[in-house]
Amino acid sequence: MHNFIDQFWPSTVDGLALGSIYALVALGYTMVYGVLRLINFAHSEIFMIGTMVVIGVLNLFDVTSLYGGFTLIAIVIGLAVVAGVASGGSAVLLELVAYRPLRRRGASRLAALISAIGASLFLQQLFARVVIPQAFDLPKEKGALPVQGHFVQRNHVISIGDFVVSNDKLIIFVGAILMMVVLDQFVNRTRLGRGIRATAQDPQTAVLMGVNIDRIVTATFAIGGAMAGVAAALYMLRFEEAKYDVGFLLGIKAFTAAVLGGIGNLRGALVGGLVLGLVEMWGSALFGTEWQHVIAFSILILVLMFRPTGILGESLQQARA
Amino acid sequence: MERLGTLRRNKLRVTGAVVVSTALVLGAAACGGDDKSGGSGDELTIGFMGDLTGENSGIVIPPSQGAQLAVDQYNATNPKVKIKIKKYDSQGKGEQAVPLAKQAITKDKVVAMIGPAFSGESAQVGPVLEEGKIPSVSPSATNAALGTKGWKFWHRIVGNDNAQGEGIGTFILNGLSAKKVFVINDQSEYGKPLAETVKATVTKGGATVTEDAIDPNGSDFSSAVNKAKAAKADAIFFGGYYAAGGKLIKQLREAGVKGRFLSGDGSLDKGLAKGAGGTTADGSAIGCPCLIDPTGTASPKSKTFAEQYKAKYNTDTAIYSAEGYDAATAFIEAIKAGNDTAEKINEYLSKIDVPGVSKQIKFTPQGEPAAADVYIYQVKGDTLPLLGKAAEAKIG
Repeated sequence: MHNFIDQFWPSTVDGLALGSIYALVALGYTMVYGVLRLINFAHSEIFMIGTMVVIGVLNLFDVTSLYGGFTLIAIVIGLAVVAGVASGGSAVLLELVAYRPLRRRGASRLAALISAIGASLFLQQLFARVVIPQAFDLPKEKGALPVQGHFVQRNHVISIGDFVVSNDKLIIFVGAILMMVVLDQFVNRTRLGRGIRATAQDPQTAVLMGVNIDRIVTATFAIGGAMAGVAAALYMLRFEEAKYDVGFLLGIKAFTAAVLGGIGNLRGALVGGLVLGLVEMWGSALFGTEWQHVIAFSILILVLMFRPTGILGESLQQARA
Repeated sequence: MERLGTLRRNKLRVTGAVVVSTALVLGAAACGGDDKSGGSGDELTIGFMGDLTGENSGIVIPPSQGAQLAVDQYNATNPKVKIKIKKYDSQGKGEQAVPLAKQAITKDKVVAMIGPAFSGESAQVGPVLEEGKIPSVSPSATNAALGTKGWKFWHRIVGNDNAQGEGIGTFILNGLSAKKVFVINDQSEYGKPLAETVKATVTKGGATVTEDAIDPNGSDFSSAVNKAKAAKADAIFFGGYYAAGGKLIKQLREAGVKGRFLSGDGSLDKGLAKGAGGTTADGSAIGCPCLIDPTGTASPKSKTFAEQYKAKYNTDTAIYSAEGYDAATAFIEAIKAGNDTAEKINEYLSKIDVPGVSKQIKFTPQGEPAAADVYIYQVKGDTLPLLGKAAEAKIG
């Protein structure tokens, strides 16, 4: 208890920063689930591709010095755009290769699930054995090792007693909230967003009403992937290191966050991500870091016992225009 | 007919091979005219097993090169019985190491085995070598439990994790004069017991200890970092491997934690500084029961070894290269003394007492090295120069 009070503020700040990244990745799971009722297990690899693109861009421009202040914000926005495009594109490609053929032939959802797991393993190994060694000029057997891209000069932007926030954590939190607001507005106010909601609600009727399902699915994967790309840029801002399986644990946590908040619900992904991040950090301060994952999943089970549809419950298809 | 034809072709090929090899032997005999022993042609095979091409091969190739160097030097003296090293690439995986060990015993008839390099594969290969009555000396398997299995043919030439933990703990107390110590482990078979030994040693020495654990596969260690910050520790010991260690140093320093960072042999790698970024890891002290001493700080012997090693492989000595050399030396001494079967070699190992590069080559009845010195290395840029023996080294 003594530990907890001591570390309350640092844990809260770290929990919100980590939770923001969970939330952005969770969006991809939640959107695809909302539209297709499919858990896209390869989404964690879409995130990984984003981190690799960020390191690639840093290498390309030969970034060796550290940046702070507004320069850093500009760099992060640039990286987020590039990673967002790369991850979004990869997600669309993934859908074309791994899911669309199955959907066309009316395969069961289980088949798509297996295809998702297969795609996830395939992408991991492809990166570990071919892409990473090639892209970063490493010997082949070193492809499984982490690669770094250091570029962040950290400083404290807020410092009130124990409540200390560094610039990277602030950018992550603000960036994630901003992306959520933009996406929320997009889904609720645009024509394409209406199509997404209609498809989520009732695909058959949506088709009768003139919605092009394939276009909607492509858009869903593109948006979810782009969010993972933005998450990857923010992740790199904080940790500056990634490897071929960086998405695995983070993907599980993000999926947990999506379920916790209410799967299929965009705002739920944000709430779920932040709650999960806070619970992990507070729990670690209270019981020791070795219990971090145990605490996270215990909370998930507890929430689902009393609210089976997650914290916010309401899902994408029920959102009103 | 077809079968007969094949048979015939095979026979022809065999005959051809015999002719060619006879010619080679004759040629060799002709060249080696000054060979006084008459070239009896006796040759014994020693195996070397470890991860030679996989992702952890960086810590197995140096001992294999060290062993090869020892054997080449021995063969160059034109001894009565020459030695050949056969390498077995286990990828560090027990399931690959076990069949390879069986192959080494039954097919290749090895009389001794250097390795396996890692503790996990050693635990699985140990019983196989025990059954085949093949003596082994591992240059790098440090798990303490390996010495307690009652194996009669198993040895290692490197101090175990208990010796390492005590060595590092002593260094924290004496070399750093630390009063408050924060101990972190990575919850692995290697990191957890090592961290516990360090904790026990410094607690006994009167330091206050707080501790925490991390998940090395995760990326956010901030809750451990926050605890280290609250503990205001002078020394932070991490039991785990360099990949997580580098990230941990980075996050500790970013949070403004100032205490000296220490770790064990799992972190003795350039990757530690690389993961921490820039010069963030500088000054960190890494303990290891191994001796890496290219400049000869510890002894003139290791300087000679480093020069010979550099001349042969054009790289500096690295982790466990001296131990690989010493493991091979143990077998070379046994064979020099006229022991030509696996069981006789094993018997000789129980009595061996000769100076090696890294330490005196002498084993306890359990197969542990009699002298298990721990050395401290200090990170400087992406190098890890030797600071000295853990019991004697000092910083600050």
